[in-house]
Amino acid sequence: MTPRRSGPPWPHLLLGGALLAAFLLTRWVTDPYANDVLTTIGINVILAVSLNLVNGYTGQFSLGHAGFMSVGAYLSATITLLLGPSILGEDGGAPWAQNALFCGGLLVGGLSAAAAGLLVGIPSLRLRGDYLAIVTLGFGEIIRVIFQNIEPLGGALGLNGIPNYTTVGWTFAIAALTVFVVVCLINSTYGRGFIATHDDEIAAEAMGLNTTRYKVVAFVVSAFFAGLAGGLYGHFKMSITAAGFDFTRSIEIVVMVILGGMGNTLGVILAAILLTLLPEVLRPIAEFRMILYALLLIVLMLLRPQGLFNFRRRPR
Amino acid sequence: MSPLLNLDQATLRFGGLTAVNAVDLSLPVGQLHGIIGPNGAGKTTLFNLITGVYAPSSGSLNFDGKNLAGLRPDQITALGIARTFQNIRLFPQLSVFDNVRVACNLHRATSPLHTLIRGAGFRADEEATAARVDELLALFNLERFRDKPATALPYGEQRRLEIVRALATRPRLLLLDEPAAGMNPSEKVELVRLIKEVHRRFELTILLVEHSMRVVMTLCERITVLDYGVKIAEGAPGEIQKDRKVIEAYLGEDHTNNSAHH
Repeated sequence: MTPRRSGPPWPHLLLGGALLAAFLLTRWVTDPYANDVLTTIGINVILAVSLNLVNGYTGQFSLGHAGFMSVGAYLSATITLLLGPSILGEDGGAPWAQNALFCGGLLVGGLSAAAAGLLVGIPSLRLRGDYLAIVTLGFGEIIRVIFQNIEPLGGALGLNGIPNYTTVGWTFAIAALTVFVVVCLINSTYGRGFIATHDDEIAAEAMGLNTTRYKVVAFVVSAFFAGLAGGLYGHFKMSITAAGFDFTRSIEIVVMVILGGMGNTLGVILAAILLTLLPEVLRPIAEFRMILYALLLIVLMLLRPQGLFNFRRRPR
Repeated sequence: MSPLLNLDQATLRFGGLTAVNAVDLSLPVGQLHGIIGPNGAGKTTLFNLITGVYAPSSGSLNFDGKNLAGLRPDQITALGIARTFQNIRLFPQLSVFDNVRVACNLHRATSPLHTLIRGAGFRADEEATAARVDELLALFNLERFRDKPATALPYGEQRRLEIVRALATRPRLLLLDEPAAGMNPSEKVELVRLIKEVHRRFELTILLVEHSMRVVMTLCERITVLDYGVKIAEGAPGEIQKDRKVIEAYLGEDHTNNSAHH
């Protein structure tokens, strides 16, 4: 394997550039279909890049990303639905006020998801591999059932009439922020500890790294961004149901991470884009498209098990 | 002067098996101390006990007056005990440079949050860390491998890199677990020189597990012999070579008379 490079030299400049591009994108993209696809891409990039911090860099196997996403989606939608009318007034308020409310809602959603991450992470991150996967899978299901049974949140019918605040700009800005945070974390003396934890926990501890702390940090940061993605998703689809955040949603995100090459942010971004576009491109062949999608995944994994965009040599 | 490391009746049981049985060990500051014993004598297990991989079943372990029982391995490393591993445990995804850099985390001046802000303080801290790593790599002639993957290094260099990585945690006590394993005679000579140099330059106390008698006898001021988890002898190299119990443990009772004059 070729070792990891040290990362981009000016991460803040790149972040600024990406934020500007996101702002311009909101102005440019007027076509509703393009808007839909781009927003979905952005949300998937956030989900995949954040999960990659846990599953890729830190080497833990979480299957509960959709659970954290749903926490963010429900909490942020609750904020905008509950506080919206009183803050914005009858006429819906000025765009800046809407955006401020949305921003607050997203933040609450993200922080709640991070809190959920901490709650699940501290007891379960002592487990390894398959065991952790099962615990996080269980968490995802528990969250789903809880939301399904809270009547004020719409029960099984879900939350409807969520204002359509999500724009391509918002999505891309938060996607850029996610990438920025993960890249900055990893490319530091501190962040190399995530990879060391992945490679050899016993050796990492012998070098003075608190591996449990590393795993919890990865888990919480990852959950925070999943929560933001959930908030964006809710205010994009305008209606959410607990069933929409089930196990298959988590698997979809895991597939993006694996296909992109675990622990390779650029690869994971490309995989998230590819896997969002693929079903769209295959739309003309209607009923066969999911079969073809699945077949493509199988073929890709057979040909490039190290990840489609992972150009480091295969680990032994 | 009180010992740097002191084991008092340290015991570790796995179910019915007593892997380390009431071992006493006292290491004064600056000593180069060897631990020998047949395979399965509990040498590596003793290391794992000292470094917190296992908690003692009974007895006490003290380092510089602090009780080690119940501390996590990373906390013990933070106190100043570093180690290498019998089966090399480098981080395969990391470069030679990063393998050493990651061990500098105990002495980082900035918090994880600073990695996002990347201000002047953070950059200065990162540069200082990088300078220290490069200095260590240069000292051990590893700078030419700086950006290579650690596991791509030749075997002997990997062993050296493990020592460098351990030194990056700035230990006062260094535990070396079979540093000469798999080395040819000339590499062993070089290793002995290296350990002496490390011992002197970093003013370390060193505890060394080793199978190669030549390495142990030339390096160590004092030697402890383990057999079946029990300490059967301790003394200077000359004494240990003549010790009846030690010869029995290594060669069996029948050979005692024949081998005594070796």
